[in-house]
Amino acid sequence: MIYNEDFETLPREVLETLQLKRLQQVAQRVYHTVGFYKKAFDKAGVQPDDIKTLPDIKRLPFTTKQDLRDNYPFGLFAAPMSSVVRLHASSGTTGRAIVVGYTKRDVDTWSELMARCFVAAGLTKNDIIHNAYGYGLFTGGLGAHYGAEKLGASVIPMSGGNTKRQIMILQDFGPTAICCTPSYALNLAERGSAMGVDMRSLKLRVGIFGAEPWSEKMRDEIENKLNLSALDIYGLSEVMGPGVSMECMEGRSGMHVFEDHFIVEVINPETGEALPYGEEGELVFTTITKEAFPLIRYRTRDISRLIAEPCRCGRSHIRMDRVTGRSDDMLIIRGVNVFPSQIEAVLIGITGLEPHYQLIVDRVGAMDTLEVQVEVSEKAFANADEVRYLQNLEKGLAKDLKDYVGVTAKIKLVEPKSLQRSEGKASRIIDKRKM
Amino acid sequence: MKVEQISIFLENKPGALESVMRLLKDADINIRSLSLADTSDFGILRLIVNDANRALKVLNENGLRVSRTSVVAVEVPDRPGGLHSILATLAQHGINVEYLYAFIEKSGENAVIIFRFDAPDAAVEVLSKNGFTVLPGERLYSF
Repeated sequence: MIYNEDFETLPREVLETLQLKRLQQVAQRVYHTVGFYKKAFDKAGVQPDDIKTLPDIKRLPFTTKQDLRDNYPFGLFAAPMSSVVRLHASSGTTGRAIVVGYTKRDVDTWSELMARCFVAAGLTKNDIIHNAYGYGLFTGGLGAHYGAEKLGASVIPMSGGNTKRQIMILQDFGPTAICCTPSYALNLAERGSAMGVDMRSLKLRVGIFGAEPWSEKMRDEIENKLNLSALDIYGLSEVMGPGVSMECMEGRSGMHVFEDHFIVEVINPETGEALPYGEEGELVFTTITKEAFPLIRYRTRDISRLIAEPCRCGRSHIRMDRVTGRSDDMLIIRGVNVFPSQIEAVLIGITGLEPHYQLIVDRVGAMDTLEVQVEVSEKAFANADEVRYLQNLEKGLAKDLKDYVGVTAKIKLVEPKSLQRSEGKASRIIDKRKM
Repeated sequence: MKVEQISIFLENKPGALESVMRLLKDADINIRSLSLADTSDFGILRLIVNDANRALKVLNENGLRVSRTSVVAVEVPDRPGGLHSILATLAQHGINVEYLYAFIEKSGENAVIIFRFDAPDAAVEVLSKNGFTVLPGERLYSF
Protein backbone atom coordinates (compact mmCIF):
# COMPACT_ATOMS: atom_id res chain seq x y z
CA MET A 1 0.00 0.00 0.00
CA ILE A 2 1.16 3.54 -0.73
CA TYR A 3 0.06 6.63 1.22
CA ASN A 4 0.96 9.32 -1.29
CA GLU A 5 0.91 7.54 -4.62
CA ASP A 6 1.49 10.76 -6.60
CA PHE A 7 4.82 11.50 -4.98
CA GLU A 8 6.02 8.05 -3.98
CA THR A 9 5.76 6.61 -7.49
CA LEU A 10 6.93 9.64 -9.51
CA PRO A 11 8.89 8.55 -12.59
CA ARG A 12 12.60 9.01 -11.88
CA GLU A 13 13.09 11.88 -14.34
CA VAL A 14 10.14 13.82 -12.93
CA LEU A 15 11.34 13.10 -9.38
CA GLU A 16 14.83 14.32 -10.25
CA THR A 17 13.49 17.51 -11.81
CA LEU A 18 11.54 18.14 -8.60
CA GLN A 19 14.63 17.41 -6.50
CA LEU A 20 16.74 19.84 -8.52
CA LYS A 21 14.18 22.62 -8.22
CA ARG A 22 13.91 22.09 -4.46
CA LEU A 23 17.67 21.83 -4.05
CA GLN A 24 18.17 25.13 -5.84
CA GLN A 25 15.60 26.75 -3.58
CA VAL A 26 17.10 25.43 -0.37
CA ALA A 27 20.64 26.39 -1.45
CA GLN A 28 19.46 29.96 -2.07
CA ARG A 29 17.61 30.07 1.22
CA VAL A 30 20.40 28.80 3.47
CA TYR A 31 22.97 30.98 1.70
CA HIS A 32 20.96 34.10 2.36
CA THR A 33 19.57 33.33 5.81
CA VAL A 34 22.21 31.28 7.68
CA GLY A 35 25.61 32.88 8.23
CA PHE A 36 27.28 29.50 8.63
CA TYR A 37 26.22 28.32 5.16
CA LYS A 38 27.20 31.58 3.44
CA LYS A 39 30.70 31.23 4.89
CA ALA A 40 30.88 27.52 4.04
CA PHE A 41 29.68 28.06 0.43
CA ASP A 42 32.06 30.99 -0.08
CA LYS A 43 34.94 28.97 1.31
CA ALA A 44 34.13 26.09 -1.04
CA GLY A 45 33.96 28.59 -3.92
CA VAL A 46 30.37 27.75 -4.78
CA GLN A 47 27.31 29.96 -5.13
CA PRO A 48 23.67 28.82 -5.07
CA ASP A 49 23.40 29.78 -8.75
CA ASP A 50 26.09 27.22 -9.58
CA ILE A 51 23.62 24.40 -8.95
CA LYS A 52 22.43 23.76 -12.50
CA THR A 53 22.01 20.01 -12.40
CA LEU A 54 21.44 17.45 -9.68
CA PRO A 55 25.05 16.16 -9.73
CA ASP A 56 26.15 19.75 -8.99
CA ILE A 57 25.21 18.95 -5.38
CA LYS A 58 28.73 17.51 -5.12
CA ARG A 59 30.09 21.04 -5.30
CA LEU A 60 28.36 21.99 -2.05
CA PRO A 61 30.31 21.64 1.20
CA PHE A 62 29.51 18.93 3.75
CA THR A 63 27.90 19.76 7.08
CA THR A 64 29.11 17.77 10.09
CA LYS A 65 27.86 17.06 13.56
CA GLN A 66 30.62 19.32 14.85
CA ASP A 67 29.18 22.20 12.78
CA LEU A 68 25.84 21.58 14.48
CA ARG A 69 27.47 21.61 17.89
CA ASP A 70 29.44 24.74 17.12
CA ASN A 71 26.18 26.49 16.35
CA TYR A 72 24.37 25.30 19.48
CA PRO A 73 21.56 25.95 20.12
CA PHE A 74 19.83 27.83 17.29
CA GLY A 75 22.68 29.02 15.05
CA LEU A 76 21.68 26.99 12.00
CA PHE A 77 17.98 27.80 12.06
CA ALA A 78 16.80 29.25 8.75
CA ALA A 79 13.45 30.44 10.05
CA PRO A 80 12.67 33.02 12.74
CA MET A 81 11.69 31.64 16.15
CA SER A 82 8.21 33.07 15.65
CA SER A 83 7.57 30.44 12.99
CA VAL A 84 9.26 27.57 14.83
CA VAL A 85 6.61 25.45 16.55
CA ARG A 86 8.70 22.58 17.90
CA LEU A 87 12.19 21.91 19.23
CA HIS A 88 13.89 18.56 19.69
CA ALA A 89 17.40 17.87 20.94
CA SER A 90 19.94 15.13 21.24
CA SER A 91 21.43 14.36 24.62
CA GLY A 92 24.67 15.94 25.74
CA THR A 93 26.07 18.69 27.88
CA THR A 94 26.22 22.26 26.58
CA GLY A 95 28.32 22.26 23.47
CA ARG A 96 27.78 18.56 22.90
CA ALA A 97 24.04 18.54 22.27
CA ILE A 98 22.29 19.22 18.98
CA VAL A 99 19.06 21.15 18.73
CA VAL A 100 16.66 20.94 15.80
CA GLY A 101 13.61 23.07 15.05
CA TYR A 102 10.44 22.61 13.02
CA THR A 103 7.97 25.03 11.50
CA LYS A 104 4.31 24.12 11.27
CA ARG A 105 4.92 22.94 7.72
CA ASP A 106 7.96 20.88 8.80
CA VAL A 107 5.81 19.09 11.39
CA ASP A 108 3.18 18.46 8.70
CA THR A 109 5.80 17.06 6.33
CA TRP A 110 7.26 14.86 9.05
CA SER A 111 3.77 13.60 9.97
CA GLU A 112 3.10 12.74 6.34
CA LEU A 113 6.40 10.89 5.98
CA MET A 114 5.69 8.86 9.11
CA ALA A 115 2.18 8.16 7.77
CA ARG A 116 3.84 6.93 4.57
CA CYS A 117 5.97 4.60 6.72
CA PHE A 118 2.94 3.15 8.48
CA VAL A 119 1.15 2.58 5.18
CA ALA A 120 4.29 0.97 3.74
CA ALA A 121 4.00 -1.41 6.70
CA GLY A 122 0.45 -2.24 5.66
CA LEU A 123 -1.32 -0.19 8.33
CA THR A 124 -4.55 1.79 7.89
CA LYS A 125 -6.74 4.00 10.04
CA ASN A 126 -8.28 0.84 11.45
CA ASP A 127 -5.08 -0.11 13.21
CA ILE A 128 -4.10 0.51 16.83
CA ILE A 129 -0.45 1.52 17.12
CA HIS A 130 1.45 0.93 20.36
CA ASN A 131 4.16 3.59 20.28
CA ALA A 132 6.98 2.66 22.64
CA TYR A 133 9.51 5.13 21.28
CA GLY A 134 10.50 7.64 23.94
CA TYR A 135 8.44 10.83 24.08
CA GLY A 136 10.22 14.06 24.83
CA LEU A 137 13.26 15.74 23.35
CA PHE A 138 14.04 12.52 21.46
CA THR A 139 12.31 12.64 18.06
CA GLY A 140 11.14 9.01 18.06
CA GLY A 141 8.02 9.25 20.22
CA LEU A 142 6.39 12.38 18.86
CA GLY A 143 7.50 11.65 15.29
CA ALA A 144 5.72 8.30 15.21
CA HIS A 145 2.79 9.72 17.17
CA TYR A 146 2.03 12.50 14.69
CA GLY A 147 2.36 10.09 11.77
CA ALA A 148 -0.08 7.66 13.34
CA GLU A 149 -2.61 10.44 13.93
CA LYS A 150 -2.11 11.76 10.41
CA LEU A 151 -3.00 8.30 9.12
CA GLY A 152 -6.02 8.26 11.42
CA ALA A 153 -4.92 5.18 13.30
CA SER A 154 -5.46 4.93 17.07
CA VAL A 155 -2.20 5.64 18.80
CA ILE A 156 -1.22 4.49 22.30
CA PRO A 157 1.40 7.03 23.46
CA MET A 158 3.23 4.49 25.57
CA SER A 159 6.78 5.91 25.49
CA GLY A 160 9.68 3.81 26.79
CA GLY A 161 10.12 1.92 30.05
CA ASN A 162 7.48 0.51 32.40
CA THR A 163 7.75 -2.85 30.72
CA LYS A 164 5.17 -4.66 32.86
CA ARG A 165 2.60 -2.00 32.10
CA GLN A 166 3.44 -2.19 28.40
CA ILE A 167 2.76 -5.92 28.45
CA MET A 168 -0.55 -5.37 30.20
CA ILE A 169 -1.60 -2.83 27.58
CA LEU A 170 -0.44 -5.07 24.74
CA GLN A 171 -2.87 -7.69 26.09
CA ASP A 172 -5.74 -5.43 27.08
CA PHE A 173 -5.83 -2.82 24.29
CA GLY A 174 -4.94 -5.28 21.55
CA PRO A 175 -2.75 -3.02 19.41
CA THR A 176 -2.14 -4.39 15.91
CA ALA A 177 1.23 -2.63 15.44
CA ILE A 178 4.14 -1.66 17.65
CA CYS A 179 6.94 0.89 17.25
CA CYS A 180 10.10 0.61 19.35
CA THR A 181 13.77 -0.30 19.13
CA PRO A 182 14.37 -3.90 18.00
CA SER A 183 16.15 -4.73 21.24
CA TYR A 184 13.20 -3.45 23.25
CA ALA A 185 10.87 -5.64 21.17
CA LEU A 186 12.94 -8.65 22.19
CA ASN A 187 12.95 -7.47 25.76
CA LEU A 188 9.15 -7.20 25.75
CA ALA A 189 8.94 -10.70 24.30
CA GLU A 190 11.22 -12.12 26.98
CA ARG A 191 9.67 -10.27 29.90
CA GLY A 192 6.18 -11.15 28.70
CA SER A 193 7.00 -14.84 28.46
CA ALA A 194 8.56 -14.72 31.90
CA MET A 195 5.29 -13.27 33.20
CA GLY A 196 3.46 -16.20 31.66
CA VAL A 197 1.94 -14.22 28.78
CA ASP A 198 1.69 -15.94 25.40
CA MET A 199 3.40 -13.19 23.43
CA ARG A 200 2.67 -14.95 20.13
CA SER A 201 -1.07 -14.71 20.56
CA LEU A 202 -1.27 -10.93 20.96
CA LYS A 203 -3.06 -9.05 18.17
CA LEU A 204 0.23 -7.52 16.95
CA ARG A 205 0.58 -7.91 13.19
CA VAL A 206 3.41 -5.54 12.37
CA GLY A 207 6.41 -4.08 14.19
CA ILE A 208 8.24 -0.97 13.02
CA PHE A 209 11.68 -1.07 14.53
CA GLY A 210 14.50 1.43 14.36
CA ALA A 211 16.80 3.86 16.20
CA GLU A 212 19.54 1.25 16.48
CA PRO A 213 21.32 -1.18 14.14
CA TRP A 214 19.96 -4.70 13.93
CA SER A 215 20.26 -7.75 11.73
CA GLU A 216 18.27 -10.32 9.77
CA LYS A 217 18.94 -12.74 12.60
CA MET A 218 17.26 -10.36 15.06
CA ARG A 219 14.40 -9.90 12.61
CA ASP A 220 13.79 -13.68 12.57
CA GLU A 221 13.97 -13.82 16.35
CA ILE A 222 11.51 -10.95 16.87
CA GLU A 223 9.08 -12.29 14.25
CA ASN A 224 9.22 -15.70 15.82
CA LYS A 225 8.77 -14.54 19.41
CA LEU A 226 6.06 -11.94 18.77
CA ASN A 227 4.42 -13.54 15.73
CA LEU A 228 4.46 -10.39 13.60
CA SER A 229 6.17 -8.93 10.53
CA ALA A 230 9.18 -6.87 11.57
CA LEU A 231 10.15 -3.91 9.40
CA ASP A 232 13.11 -1.56 9.52
CA ILE A 233 12.74 2.22 9.75
CA TYR A 234 15.50 4.82 9.59
CA GLY A 235 15.82 8.40 10.64
CA LEU A 236 17.92 10.81 12.61
CA SER A 237 16.96 13.96 14.45
CA GLU A 238 19.30 16.16 12.46
CA VAL A 239 17.66 15.24 9.17
CA MET A 240 14.11 15.11 10.60
CA GLY A 241 13.58 12.20 12.98
CA PRO A 242 12.14 8.77 12.24
CA GLY A 243 10.64 8.46 8.78
CA VAL A 244 13.56 9.46 6.59
CA SER A 245 13.35 6.01 5.02
CA MET A 246 11.23 2.91 5.53
CA GLU A 247 11.12 -0.67 4.42
CA CYS A 248 7.96 -1.71 2.57
CA MET A 249 5.97 -4.84 3.39
CA GLU A 250 6.10 -5.94 -0.26
CA GLY A 251 9.88 -5.75 -0.64
CA ARG A 252 11.21 -6.20 2.91
CA SER A 253 14.63 -5.49 1.53
CA GLY A 254 16.05 -2.03 2.05
CA MET A 255 14.35 1.18 3.13
CA HIS A 256 12.87 3.64 0.64
CA VAL A 257 14.30 7.12 1.13
CA PHE A 258 11.56 9.71 0.66
CA GLU A 259 13.37 11.40 -2.15
CA ASP A 260 10.85 14.14 -2.76
CA HIS A 261 12.07 15.55 0.58
CA PHE A 262 15.65 14.31 0.87
CA ILE A 263 18.60 13.80 -1.44
CA VAL A 264 20.73 10.89 -0.32
CA GLU A 265 24.33 10.21 -1.31
CA VAL A 266 26.89 7.65 -0.22
CA ILE A 267 30.47 8.84 0.14
CA ASN A 268 33.83 7.42 1.01
CA PRO A 269 34.18 8.54 4.65
CA GLU A 270 37.94 8.97 4.27
CA THR A 271 38.05 11.04 1.09
CA GLY A 272 34.55 12.52 0.89
CA GLU A 273 34.28 11.29 -2.67
CA ALA A 274 30.76 10.31 -3.84
CA LEU A 275 30.38 6.58 -4.45
CA PRO A 276 28.22 4.92 -7.11
CA TYR A 277 25.01 3.08 -6.23
CA GLY A 278 25.62 -0.25 -4.59
CA GLU A 279 28.91 0.63 -2.96
CA GLU A 280 29.12 0.76 0.80
CA GLY A 281 30.02 4.06 2.40
CA GLU A 282 28.74 6.87 4.62
CA LEU A 283 25.22 8.17 4.12
CA VAL A 284 24.91 11.89 3.39
CA PHE A 285 21.55 13.67 3.40
CA THR A 286 20.39 17.02 2.07
CA THR A 287 16.95 18.13 3.17
CA ILE A 288 15.18 19.90 0.32
CA THR A 289 11.87 20.93 1.88
CA LYS A 290 12.64 21.66 5.53
CA GLU A 291 12.10 25.27 6.58
CA ALA A 292 13.40 25.68 10.13
CA PHE A 293 16.43 23.43 10.04
CA PRO A 294 17.55 22.65 6.49
CA LEU A 295 20.74 20.65 6.18
CA ILE A 296 23.15 20.63 3.25
CA ARG A 297 25.05 17.39 2.63
CA TYR A 298 24.92 16.28 6.24
CA ARG A 299 27.39 13.54 7.07
CA THR A 300 25.46 10.99 9.13
CA ARG A 301 28.45 8.73 9.90
CA ASP A 302 26.07 5.81 9.27
CA ILE A 303 27.48 3.18 6.93
CA SER A 304 25.15 1.69 4.32
CA ARG A 305 24.70 1.40 0.56
CA LEU A 306 22.06 2.51 -1.92
CA ILE A 307 19.96 0.10 -3.95
CA ALA A 308 18.92 1.58 -7.30
CA GLU A 309 16.99 -1.42 -8.64
CA PRO A 310 13.22 -0.82 -8.73
CA CYS A 311 11.22 -2.36 -5.89
CA ARG A 312 8.22 -4.60 -6.43
CA CYS A 313 6.07 -2.27 -4.32
CA GLY A 314 5.95 0.29 -7.13
CA ARG A 315 7.70 3.11 -5.28
CA SER A 316 10.24 4.88 -7.45
CA HIS A 317 12.22 6.08 -4.45
CA ILE A 318 15.68 4.63 -4.02
CA ARG A 319 16.34 2.20 -1.20
CA MET A 320 19.13 2.15 1.36
CA ASP A 321 20.38 -1.04 2.94
CA ARG A 322 20.44 -1.72 6.67
CA VAL A 323 22.91 0.49 8.49
CA THR A 324 25.83 -1.79 9.17
CA GLY A 325 28.04 0.44 11.27
CA ARG A 326 29.45 3.86 11.97
CA SER A 327 32.38 5.77 10.59
CA ASP A 328 32.96 7.36 14.00
CA ASP A 329 33.00 6.09 17.58
CA MET A 330 29.33 6.68 18.35
CA LEU A 331 27.66 3.88 20.28
CA ILE A 332 23.95 3.18 20.23
CA ILE A 333 22.86 1.84 23.58
CA ARG A 334 19.19 0.94 23.97
CA GLY A 335 18.43 3.38 21.17
CA VAL A 336 20.36 6.24 22.78
CA ASN A 337 23.25 7.71 20.80
CA VAL A 338 26.33 7.95 22.97
CA PHE A 339 29.69 9.40 22.11
CA PRO A 340 32.63 8.51 24.34
CA SER A 341 33.51 12.21 24.29
CA GLN A 342 30.18 12.98 26.00
CA ILE A 343 31.04 10.55 28.78
CA GLU A 344 34.47 12.10 29.05
CA ALA A 345 32.94 15.57 29.37
CA VAL A 346 30.81 14.35 32.28
CA LEU A 347 33.81 12.69 33.95
CA ILE A 348 35.86 15.85 33.78
CA GLY A 349 33.10 17.64 35.66
CA ILE A 350 33.29 15.26 38.62
CA THR A 351 35.89 15.87 41.29
CA GLY A 352 37.43 12.68 42.48
CA LEU A 353 37.54 10.80 39.21
CA GLU A 354 40.28 10.70 36.61
CA PRO A 355 39.31 11.19 32.97
CA HIS A 356 40.72 7.71 32.31
CA TYR A 357 37.88 5.42 31.47
CA GLN A 358 36.84 2.40 29.53
CA LEU A 359 33.40 1.59 28.21
CA ILE A 360 32.22 -2.00 28.17
CA VAL A 361 29.11 -2.51 26.09
CA ASP A 362 27.32 -5.84 26.18
CA ARG A 363 23.91 -7.31 25.58
CA VAL A 364 22.34 -9.23 28.43
CA GLY A 365 19.26 -11.01 27.16
CA ALA A 366 17.84 -8.46 24.74
CA MET A 367 19.05 -5.38 26.57
CA ASP A 368 22.22 -3.44 25.99
CA THR A 369 24.31 -2.75 29.03
CA LEU A 370 26.97 -0.11 29.50
CA GLU A 371 29.65 -0.33 32.15
CA VAL A 372 31.86 2.68 32.68
CA GLN A 373 35.13 1.80 34.34
CA VAL A 374 36.86 4.83 35.74
CA GLU A 375 39.94 5.41 37.83
CA VAL A 376 39.68 6.89 41.31
CA SER A 377 41.81 9.97 41.71
CA GLU A 378 44.52 10.28 44.32
CA LYS A 379 42.88 13.36 45.73
CA ALA A 380 39.48 11.78 46.15
CA PHE A 381 40.88 8.86 48.04
CA ALA A 382 43.16 10.97 50.20
CA ASN A 383 40.19 12.95 51.43
CA ALA A 384 38.12 10.02 52.52
CA ASP A 385 38.60 6.35 52.97
CA GLU A 386 34.95 5.67 53.39
CA VAL A 387 32.99 3.25 51.25
CA ARG A 388 30.06 5.63 51.34
CA TYR A 389 32.09 8.44 49.80
CA LEU A 390 33.23 6.25 46.91
CA GLN A 391 29.75 4.86 46.42
CA ASN A 392 28.43 8.42 46.27
CA LEU A 393 30.98 9.13 43.56
CA GLU A 394 29.61 6.16 41.62
CA LYS A 395 26.04 7.26 42.14
CA GLY A 396 26.81 10.85 41.20
CA LEU A 397 28.45 9.77 37.96
CA ALA A 398 25.59 7.41 37.10
CA LYS A 399 23.10 10.21 37.67
CA ASP A 400 25.05 12.74 35.59
CA LEU A 401 25.35 10.24 32.74
CA LYS A 402 21.61 9.67 32.88
CA ASP A 403 20.87 13.40 33.06
CA TYR A 404 23.29 14.69 30.44
CA VAL A 405 23.88 11.77 28.12
CA GLY A 406 20.57 10.01 28.65
CA VAL A 407 22.08 6.60 29.20
CA THR A 408 21.86 4.25 32.16
CA ALA A 409 25.29 2.97 33.06
CA LYS A 410 26.83 0.79 35.71
CA ILE A 411 29.86 2.51 37.19
CA LYS A 412 32.88 0.56 38.26
CA LEU A 413 35.69 2.35 40.09
CA VAL A 414 39.05 0.84 39.31
CA GLU A 415 42.56 1.22 40.65
CA PRO A 416 44.72 4.08 39.42
CA LYS A 417 46.63 3.46 36.23
CA SER A 418 44.91 0.13 35.75
CA LEU A 419 43.26 1.24 32.51
CA GLN A 420 45.23 1.16 29.35
CA ARG A 421 46.41 4.64 28.33
CA SER A 422 44.82 4.88 24.93
CA GLU A 423 46.57 5.82 21.74
CA GLY A 424 43.43 5.93 19.65
CA LYS A 425 39.80 6.13 20.58
CA ALA A 426 39.00 2.52 19.88
CA SER A 427 40.73 1.08 22.91
CA ARG A 428 38.39 3.00 25.20
CA ILE A 429 35.49 0.90 23.96
CA ILE A 430 34.94 -2.81 24.28
CA ASP A 431 31.75 -3.73 22.46
CA LYS A 432 30.88 -7.35 23.14
CA ARG A 433 27.48 -7.24 21.47
CA LYS A 434 26.62 -9.58 18.66
CA MET A 435 23.73 -8.40 16.51
CA MET B 1 46.11 10.00 71.23
CA LYS B 2 45.29 9.02 67.72
CA VAL B 3 46.45 6.13 65.60
CA GLU B 4 47.57 6.27 61.97
CA GLN B 5 45.63 4.01 59.71
CA ILE B 6 46.39 3.32 56.06
CA SER B 7 43.54 2.79 53.62
CA ILE B 8 44.06 1.20 50.23
CA PHE B 9 41.60 1.14 47.33
CA LEU B 10 41.28 -2.34 45.84
CA GLU B 11 39.34 -3.61 42.89
CA ASN B 12 37.28 -6.68 43.52
CA LYS B 13 39.38 -9.14 41.54
CA PRO B 14 41.63 -12.10 42.23
CA GLY B 15 45.13 -11.11 43.28
CA ALA B 16 44.33 -7.55 44.35
CA LEU B 17 44.83 -8.24 48.03
CA GLU B 18 47.73 -10.58 47.41
CA SER B 19 49.75 -7.95 45.57
CA VAL B 20 49.41 -5.48 48.46
CA MET B 21 50.51 -8.12 50.94
CA ARG B 22 53.50 -9.03 48.81
CA LEU B 23 54.64 -5.39 48.77
CA LEU B 24 54.36 -5.21 52.54
CA LYS B 25 56.13 -8.51 53.02
CA ASP B 26 58.99 -7.46 50.77
CA ALA B 27 59.32 -4.20 52.70
CA ASP B 28 59.33 -6.14 55.98
CA ILE B 29 56.27 -4.35 57.31
CA ASN B 30 54.18 -6.06 59.96
CA ILE B 31 50.42 -5.68 60.21
CA ARG B 32 48.94 -5.08 63.65
CA SER B 33 45.33 -5.14 62.64
CA LEU B 34 43.28 -4.90 59.51
CA SER B 35 39.78 -4.75 58.13
CA LEU B 36 38.43 -5.04 54.63
CA ALA B 37 35.29 -3.16 53.61
CA ASP B 38 33.79 -4.52 50.44
CA THR B 39 31.12 -3.53 47.93
CA SER B 40 30.13 -5.40 44.80
CA ASP B 41 33.05 -4.10 42.80
CA PHE B 42 35.63 -2.47 45.02
CA GLY B 43 36.99 -2.72 48.50
CA ILE B 44 38.90 -0.61 50.96
CA LEU B 45 41.64 -2.33 52.91
CA ARG B 46 42.44 -0.62 56.21
CA LEU B 47 45.66 -1.42 57.99
CA ILE B 48 47.46 -0.55 61.14
CA VAL B 49 51.11 -1.40 60.70
CA ASN B 50 54.34 -1.08 62.64
CA ASP B 51 55.64 1.66 60.32
CA ALA B 52 52.91 3.67 58.62
CA ASN B 53 55.23 6.13 56.87
CA ARG B 54 57.28 3.45 55.21
CA ALA B 55 54.20 1.44 54.26
CA LEU B 56 52.63 4.53 52.64
CA LYS B 57 55.80 5.20 50.72
CA VAL B 58 56.08 1.65 49.39
CA LEU B 59 52.43 1.43 48.39
CA ASN B 60 52.46 4.86 46.78
CA GLU B 61 55.57 4.05 44.81
CA ASN B 62 53.81 1.01 43.45
CA GLY B 63 50.92 3.06 42.13
CA LEU B 64 48.24 2.18 44.66
CA ARG B 65 45.64 4.70 45.80
CA VAL B 66 46.49 5.04 49.45
CA SER B 67 45.33 7.44 52.13
CA ARG B 68 46.16 8.12 55.73
CA THR B 69 43.38 8.36 58.28
CA SER B 70 43.37 9.01 62.02
CA VAL B 71 41.55 6.43 64.06
CA VAL B 72 41.12 5.96 67.78
CA ALA B 73 42.17 2.78 69.61
CA VAL B 74 40.38 1.96 72.85
CA GLU B 75 41.38 -0.83 75.20
CA VAL B 76 38.67 -2.79 76.98
CA PRO B 77 38.70 -5.94 79.09
CA ASP B 78 38.06 -8.99 76.90
CA ARG B 79 34.75 -10.06 78.41
CA PRO B 80 31.00 -9.79 77.65
CA GLY B 81 29.84 -6.18 77.60
CA GLY B 82 33.32 -4.75 76.91
CA LEU B 83 32.43 -3.13 73.60
CA HIS B 84 28.96 -2.25 74.82
CA SER B 85 30.32 -0.11 77.62
CA ILE B 86 32.19 2.08 75.10
CA LEU B 87 29.25 2.34 72.74
CA ALA B 88 26.87 3.25 75.57
CA THR B 89 29.09 6.18 76.48
CA LEU B 90 29.41 7.28 72.86
CA ALA B 91 25.65 7.07 72.33
CA GLN B 92 25.02 9.14 75.44
CA HIS B 93 27.25 11.87 74.05
CA GLY B 94 25.79 11.72 70.56
CA ILE B 95 29.03 10.58 68.94
CA ASN B 96 28.67 8.71 65.66
CA VAL B 97 30.86 5.76 64.69
CA GLU B 98 31.81 5.54 61.01
CA TYR B 99 33.24 2.04 61.32
CA LEU B 100 35.18 -0.10 63.73
CA TYR B 101 37.20 -3.27 63.94
CA ALA B 102 38.96 -5.05 66.74
CA PHE B 103 41.74 -7.40 67.80
CA ILE B 104 42.80 -9.12 70.98
CA GLU B 105 46.03 -8.16 72.68
CA LYS B 106 48.76 -10.78 72.90
CA SER B 107 48.38 -11.05 76.67
CA GLY B 108 44.81 -12.17 76.02
CA GLU B 109 43.30 -10.04 78.77
CA ASN B 110 42.28 -7.03 76.76
CA ALA B 111 40.76 -6.31 73.41
CA VAL B 112 41.54 -3.24 71.34
CA ILE B 113 38.75 -1.62 69.36
CA ILE B 114 39.75 0.64 66.48
CA PHE B 115 37.19 3.37 65.87
CA ARG B 116 36.76 5.80 63.04
CA PHE B 117 34.82 8.89 64.15
CA ASP B 118 33.61 12.01 62.35
CA ALA B 119 35.04 14.04 65.21
CA PRO B 120 37.93 12.05 66.70
CA ASP B 121 39.10 14.77 69.10
CA ALA B 122 35.73 15.07 70.77
CA ALA B 123 35.49 11.29 70.96
CA VAL B 124 38.89 10.95 72.62
CA GLU B 125 37.94 13.57 75.18
CA VAL B 126 34.66 11.89 76.07
CA LEU B 127 36.23 8.43 76.31
CA SER B 128 39.15 9.59 78.46
CA LYS B 129 36.85 11.47 80.82
CA ASN B 130 34.73 8.39 81.25
CA GLY B 131 37.64 6.25 82.28
CA PHE B 132 38.37 4.37 79.08
CA THR B 133 41.96 3.66 78.05
CA VAL B 134 42.69 5.35 74.79
CA LEU B 135 45.92 3.92 73.42
CA PRO B 136 48.55 6.14 71.85
CA GLY B 137 49.70 5.14 68.38
CA GLU B 138 53.16 4.09 69.54
CA ARG B 139 51.69 1.44 71.85
CA LEU B 140 49.84 -0.09 68.95
CA TYR B 141 52.66 0.01 66.43
CA SER B 142 54.96 -1.80 68.82
CA PHE B 143 52.62 -4.42 70.26
